Amino acid sequence: MSTPREQIVQTRNGVVKTRVLVGGDGPPVVHLHGLEGLQWGELHKGLATDHTVYAVEHVGSGESSGIEELYDFWDLVGHYEEAFDELGLERTALVGHSFGGMVAAEIAAQLRRRVTDLVLLAPLGLWDDRYPVAEIDAVARADRPAALLADPSRPLPGLLAPDPTDHEALFHADLNSASINQFSWPIAEKGLRRRLYRITAPTLLLWGAEDRIVDPVYAELFRERLTAPTTVSVVSGIGHLLHLEDPATVLGYVRDHLAS
Amino acid sequence: MKFIFFHLMPYQDLPADFGARYDSVWVTPPNDVLCDPRKVGIYYNQYLDQLELADQVGFDGVGVNEHHQNAYGMMSSPNLMASALARRTSKSTAVCVMGNTLALYQPALRVAEEFAMLDCLSEGRLIAGFPVGTSMDVNHCYGITPGETRPRYAEAHDLITRAWTQPGPFAYNGRFNKLRYVNPWPKPIQKPMPPVWLGGNGSLETYEMALKNDYVYSWTSFFGFQTGKKFMLDFWETQEQMGLEFNPYQGGYCQIVLVADTDAEARRLYEPHIKYFFENLQHVPLHFRATPGYRTRRSAEFAIKSGTMAAVANQSKTARDWDSMVENGLIIAGSPDTVADRIRTASSELRIGNFLAILHIGNMPDELTRQNVTLFGEKVIPKVRGLWDGQGYEHKWWPSGVEARQTSGANQ
Repeated sequence: MSTPREQIVQTRNGVVKTRVLVGGDGPPVVHLHGLEGLQWGELHKGLATDHTVYAVEHVGSGESSGIEELYDFWDLVGHYEEAFDELGLERTALVGHSFGGMVAAEIAAQLRRRVTDLVLLAPLGLWDDRYPVAEIDAVARADRPAALLADPSRPLPGLLAPDPTDHEALFHADLNSASINQFSWPIAEKGLRRRLYRITAPTLLLWGAEDRIVDPVYAELFRERLTAPTTVSVVSGIGHLLHLEDPATVLGYVRDHLAS
Repeated sequence: MKFIFFHLMPYQDLPADFGARYDSVWVTPPNDVLCDPRKVGIYYNQYLDQLELADQVGFDGVGVNEHHQNAYGMMSSPNLMASALARRTSKSTAVCVMGNTLALYQPALRVAEEFAMLDCLSEGRLIAGFPVGTSMDVNHCYGITPGETRPRYAEAHDLITRAWTQPGPFAYNGRFNKLRYVNPWPKPIQKPMPPVWLGGNGSLETYEMALKNDYVYSWTSFFGFQTGKKFMLDFWETQEQMGLEFNPYQGGYCQIVLVADTDAEARRLYEPHIKYFFENLQHVPLHFRATPGYRTRRSAEFAIKSGTMAAVANQSKTARDWDSMVENGLIIAGSPDTVADRIRTASSELRIGNFLAILHIGNMPDELTRQNVTLFGEKVIPKVRGLWDGQGYEHKWWPSGVEARQTSGANQ
């Protein structure tokens, strides 16, 4: 099925409202987006052929509100635990990209019995001085395709390249970046390295070889700290927005991991 | 009217191709490549001398402020400068620290303590400025999460004002400041506390905070009174809507002022330095100025949808031509008569009673700055000082320890 239904999940006694797109049928997979914002793209459609896919919007982005009530990762992980309850997800596979990958790893490290499988697509969350993670907001609009994509001629999602004359689009892009800054500023390393060992779910680490935001070397830095069964794949010809740039390849890896 | 000489203390020796070669004057200009500490030492001393001169030629106050990691204003600690000024200015001069960037200090008790020290050292002459701070300073230089800028500011404000007004010791259990014992030694001389001034450039929250707490609101930008007018009139309108009484001394604004014997001479003397200022010292990319999350959702929506941010960014780029800068009020420049006329007009239109004059700009050399300060103090201030006299307004936001100035013949 290709058209998801929209659900608003309430947490923190209804103060935090989160938009979730739900589609497909089968074992559950939760997807947490990165800076591109909530989408129902090729990856979601592909997974939905034999999974129930829950694409969850990050609080403070798009139509999801109440971010001022979430102070830190403790609050954010607690929010997801409640959201899983609301969605009726006792156990679920978890896929996260970029910032969403960092959140997915934190959830998997804390809610260990609820995450069956973990897929981290070019996640944030670690820092090595030799390979500084790029600050996407600091990349000028004209330079963003080259920074985010292996093939800069492809179109960028609207939240990453808002039309400068469209004030509504600029405002939403600002809110979306702010919602990610809230948990990742100024360096997206909030102690995850000390918690990665806690993750028990089998983990796939997938990177675009031409990722100019989070260097693929981080795949190894993650692997070194993970104690759960871990697979690392670095795919050539794609950049940081890997599942947008080559959804078929990414889908193949993710499906294989979830099936194994 | 009250006149304060407000200094930025910039670095004067950026290369001619700075704007083309470097991304920003703030946060990232490489220090070892561009900043010579020996030169900075010379400038600091010249700048303090210039501020002391203002005291001697009839100003009501001297002003300093806080910025970090930049060539635009090199006072990472304005309190150090204010401390030197408290010792070397007369009892008739206010020491205006405009101010300490509250969100940066944890515990924010540090600000309560240092301002109290300054108030004691100056014997009650401190104006305590509580700026939110630029995004460059708060988020990029000091690493504060953008969305925490306002909550930290609000909590620091609460802690500092309570530390000044409430008997110590008491416990303070905040989100960011957790203190079992708050008990600053000393507290300020001024009771209940030093006058608080807020600098702003259009944040709705700052208007409301100034009015709610009975603080001065000062338009603090370099876009002159034509741009400032919209914001100051919004401020006065908010005041009226809140049912509060108008008083020009609750408002201020910052303005670049360049005085010479004639209008033509002003242009000849100052134009290169204005150019240096706008081309180099205002060279900051938008992603540093308007970091997502730095503004509240409400202010971000207002700034983005009204196009304010884009207009401000655009203005700093187009502010190059002397005649249009004078015409648009970005600068007030000319003979003492011209300057006095413009200040009278601007202050009347903005309805403000505190004038923060920026008299050193860009790479202005010491001698020229001293000339500007002297002409302003001796030939401009006396012409405008009485603007709000005889209308029944009392200045309730001036430091209580400042003594009435003995006006000499030169000041008449």
